[in-house]
Amino acid sequence: MNPFVYTTVEKVDEATSLLSKNLNAKIIAGGTNLIDLMKENISKPDEIIDVNRIPGLDQIKELENGCIRLGALARNADTAYHPIIAKRYPLLSRAILAGASAQLRNMASNGGNLLQRTRCYYFYDTATPCNKRVPGSGCSAIGGYNRIHAILGASEDCIAVFPSDMCVALAALDATINISGSAGERSVAFADFHRLPGDTPHLDNNLQQDEMITSIDLPVNGFENNYAYLKLRDRTSYAFALVSVASAFEIEGSIIKEARLALGGLAHKPWRNKDAEDILTNKEASVENFSAAADLILKDAKAYDRNAFKIELARRAIVRNCLNAANLHSNPI
Amino acid sequence: MSTENKYFGQPLSRVDGPAKVNGQAKYAAEFYVPDLLYGYIINSTIAKGSIKKIHAEKALALTGVLKMFTHENRNRTAWLDLKYTDMDAPPGVPFKPLHSAQIKYNGQPIALVVAENFELARYAASLIHIDYEVEPHNTNLESNLGEARKPKKGLASLLKSGPPKSKGDVAKAYEKSEIKASGKFVHGMEHHNPMEMFASTVVYEPEGKLTIYDKTQGVVNSQLYVANVFGKAFKKVRVISPYVGGAFGSGLRPQYQLFLSVMAALDLKRSVKVSMNRHQMFSFGYRPRTIQNTRFGSNIEGKLQVLHHEAIAETSRFEDYTEIVVNWTNMMYPSENVNLDYKLVPLDVSTPLDMRAPGGVTGLHPIECTIDDLAYQSKIDPVQFRLINYSDVDSISGKPYSSKELKECFKQGGERFGWDKRDPEPRSMKRNGKLVGWGMAVGIWEALQLPARAEATLGADGKLIVSCATADIGTGTYTIMTQIAADCMGMDIGNVEFCLGDTNMPLAPVQGGSFTSATVGMAVHAACTGLQKKIIEQAKKIEPDIFKRINLDDIEFSSDSLRIKGHSGNFISLKDIVASTGKSDLKSRNTGLPDVLKQRKYARTTHSAVFAEVEVDEDFGIVKVTRIVSAIAAGKIINPKTAKSQILGGMVWGIGKALREESIMDHRFGRIMNANLAEYHIPVHADINDLEVIFVDEEDHIVNDLQIKGIGEIGIVGVAPAIANALFHATGKRIYDLPITLEKVMS
Amino acid sequence: MDDLFQSKKDQDLRETTGLSISHTITLTINGEAKELKLLPWVTLLDALRERLDLTGTKKGCDHGQCGACTLLLNGTRINSCLTLAVMHNGSDITTIEGLAADQLHPLQNSFVKHDAFQCGYCTPGQICSAVGMLQEGHAHTREDVKELMSGNLCRCGAYTNIVDAIMEVKENEA
Repeated sequence: MNPFVYTTVEKVDEATSLLSKNLNAKIIAGGTNLIDLMKENISKPDEIIDVNRIPGLDQIKELENGCIRLGALARNADTAYHPIIAKRYPLLSRAILAGASAQLRNMASNGGNLLQRTRCYYFYDTATPCNKRVPGSGCSAIGGYNRIHAILGASEDCIAVFPSDMCVALAALDATINISGSAGERSVAFADFHRLPGDTPHLDNNLQQDEMITSIDLPVNGFENNYAYLKLRDRTSYAFALVSVASAFEIEGSIIKEARLALGGLAHKPWRNKDAEDILTNKEASVENFSAAADLILKDAKAYDRNAFKIELARRAIVRNCLNAANLHSNPI
Repeated sequence: MSTENKYFGQPLSRVDGPAKVNGQAKYAAEFYVPDLLYGYIINSTIAKGSIKKIHAEKALALTGVLKMFTHENRNRTAWLDLKYTDMDAPPGVPFKPLHSAQIKYNGQPIALVVAENFELARYAASLIHIDYEVEPHNTNLESNLGEARKPKKGLASLLKSGPPKSKGDVAKAYEKSEIKASGKFVHGMEHHNPMEMFASTVVYEPEGKLTIYDKTQGVVNSQLYVANVFGKAFKKVRVISPYVGGAFGSGLRPQYQLFLSVMAALDLKRSVKVSMNRHQMFSFGYRPRTIQNTRFGSNIEGKLQVLHHEAIAETSRFEDYTEIVVNWTNMMYPSENVNLDYKLVPLDVSTPLDMRAPGGVTGLHPIECTIDDLAYQSKIDPVQFRLINYSDVDSISGKPYSSKELKECFKQGGERFGWDKRDPEPRSMKRNGKLVGWGMAVGIWEALQLPARAEATLGADGKLIVSCATADIGTGTYTIMTQIAADCMGMDIGNVEFCLGDTNMPLAPVQGGSFTSATVGMAVHAACTGLQKKIIEQAKKIEPDIFKRINLDDIEFSSDSLRIKGHSGNFISLKDIVASTGKSDLKSRNTGLPDVLKQRKYARTTHSAVFAEVEVDEDFGIVKVTRIVSAIAAGKIINPKTAKSQILGGMVWGIGKALREESIMDHRFGRIMNANLAEYHIPVHADINDLEVIFVDEEDHIVNDLQIKGIGEIGIVGVAPAIANALFHATGKRIYDLPITLEKVMS
Repeated sequence: MDDLFQSKKDQDLRETTGLSISHTITLTINGEAKELKLLPWVTLLDALRERLDLTGTKKGCDHGQCGACTLLLNGTRINSCLTLAVMHNGSDITTIEGLAADQLHPLQNSFVKHDAFQCGYCTPGQICSAVGMLQEGHAHTREDVKELMSGNLCRCGAYTNIVDAIMEVKENEA
């Protein structure tokens, strides 16, 4: 870990002003990912701006339009167990509680969850080349041990996956991210926040250096009647997803009126496919239709040496999870 | 004299329990030492080659950074390779830290940075850049099977006998067998990963005397190593290790942080602490990657005709680490035609190291899965198949087992599990839409006893302290030795204390191999018996001599006094006896020796029958071990509570071995890629469901007078094959490679 | 000022790097206010273990992957290895050393009774985690306890006994 200057701020604009003055400054909230990365010499900020004492950012509240605002500093656990979230957005609760451990969820912030970095073995090992860590050094995962890596949206420069569970649900729910920067405030649709690797895999998302996330807005519809989250992993708990699926439906009778599907563990960002959701709309909730949606989502899936199984695993996970969301499958995993 | 068993066999809570639950138990990195320096280790990032140049200017310019130690400036250490040999060193030349510029494996320690505090040392280490001369390396067992050769022999091979000579005509017998089963079994590399990371705190005292708090399974081994390597007198090196945060074999050899911390302390003449980090816990000893082939044949009645079992394992280029992998086949099952073979492939890796039931865990899985296959093909119940091939004689040595209550394990374990309700047909059992499978396997492990010494001291306060330089790596040594001593002396357990983990105490071997209970137990017994004799001698000097003309057998130790049996009035208190000596205590130091003459006529082993249930979600390949019953025959159980914990731990390890654990190497780099606890998956709470342990009664008057056989390994050996067999029963699919991750099971 | 454990160790980096200055903070640890002068790169875990000689809180991985460093921060269980001490000026911290008042905490007793440990190294973290979990109130069944305790690894494999120990306390509290 490098030495750094530590500053506590009590206002958002103090934080963004400090960020704008130092390209190598970073914000700390929960710290559960940043401190890990600093100990590994992957992240080497020379200035740490502690935003935990900014008042109000840890709130979870209902807005006048019925949307719910999750403060960026609200802890993952407080969010998952919050009565409004548990009741109106159970998909989000489930996804959060599928991630990490209770201790980590108690500390990790909502804003920080969006900014988690990949668990790619090669990203974490400074002795191996990695374009995400050192742009231009090469991707060791390609041709390496890539069992946990991407099958969707990867590039020849990076096949890492985004590790969050919470974000898979936020993607499905069409959340909006509110951001403050030295130039003012802006909002970004969830789908536009995280990036695919392309030839800039060192950029995980579209947050600028002088910006910080202040809150996340959830639309009114939380799909509390027909939802499911499925996480498949190498042990029963406390492991990152090989495949995760968030499914949410509006169903009338047996007909799907609105469908949301998001996938985790498969790509550089939570994966949405609007076409697949569209083909389910006004269709019956059935194995056949869910299979067709899965096929469409995975149409362009590409496997590497060790992760071909993820394509079939994802297909089955999508179908099973959609059946669960539609209350058609009685065998929860 | 009294040997009434008041505590032996009782489920007492651990005597060290309170210290472990309130945070007072101190582990190697936790001893407060004033003015302590911190060392941070730098490891190589290449697998083979040499160090060209180390750029350390930036690091050394930092205020508070004292020195960097490398092969270029290390202290003078022993010249002879032999001096680096520890009590568990395999044949070959031990790895010598910072010895030369040569790199032998990826992760090799190559430098130590010493600073005034931990954070500074860690930062300084991150500033050091190393230029290497890289040479091509080879770390891949599969692509080098042609290099396989017989292991070299050495001192350590004495406890690890090689395979026996072949018997009969194996090829022909296999060809002729009515039922045949075979398989190729590949096991991944595994690391011990005790929760406590390796650490040494070296306290530098004037005149170069060292007191070292070390994480080790044997303080004597660490002392021997430090004294030999650094040319110091034994009395100037004291090693202390009262608590060990798990080891599982990883502490059987001195680890490199011990060398590095001692080197720095001697050079800087300051106290130094060096802890490994979790990555570094993957940079030494491990259970080696092993490839095994079996070919077993039986007749239609289930009688085994032929056993062929060969194993090829990896080792380093500099030491031939071996374990007993294939011998178990013929120890468990008699056959006229037997071929057992064990070979090594040296690679550019660190030397493997004994890991919980070394060899047994590796070998039993192929054996018990191949036997299961024969039973299935013969349409004979797997338990019945094993009864058909049951033997009370070890077919390799031809010696009878000193005791073998395995049939009772089958009976009690099977009943508890409900084995008779099993539908033998694969894929026949379902629950909640998932396939259910029931499988079983047998386990076996050696019951060894080595020599050890102990000292029993009766204080003026009437309290007994027994000491021995052994260890308690979580096994319960403190507790069971206190029980043995209290019973031996007829004392209340509250007046007895057992001390361990200090080289000032009498000599003991390392703790491991399931031999500590018998080894140290017999030493404690010897010391207490010796002390009793001294107490009686002293009592007879006290006037009036109430024991005059009393037969020794009629004198009894009872609680706090010495008395004549049946005469409640005639007694002398232990305190008075000590007081009469005019000294502060009475002590006796004795050796517990195995009765070799008696033992050598017998094969001495523990046995288990393991019954496992799995639920399989075939779509996803997810296997849930819902239930395991382990029935254990292991002589007399000193403490059923701590013993049960040992077996439960073995079962959890078995689940990890079967389904979870593998250190994954990228052979392009020769580097382990999941060297952390997030991606090296040891089981978590949610992985563990119903586990039941049964100890069947077993008498054994051969192994030792206390009838102790040891239980550290028997809990794990049969678990992985029982799970694999249950998985076959559930799915109809045999999966030969471990760990069984979900893609191997997905239909 | 508790000057025993901050000494020269944590003060002199400013001249060398120009980047880091020590901060003086107050932590209430097990009911006792402790003033510490620290560089910001010191984790809460290392502040306890290396500066205050409170070694009951264990370091098992230093990366939030094992739970051995679990303690209660303002009553909430967290991994102390993944947070900086300077972030917690004014906070209330309870470690394993502070759970027992005159006698052992019921969970500590229950762990001894059920032999819920072997080597003892994960034990303080398991116990602090269990205290935190019971306060959180989301564990209703044995299965819940297993899931919500999964952030605490035990390599000795004492899991069933740990859950037995927790369930007994939980049922007695209910």
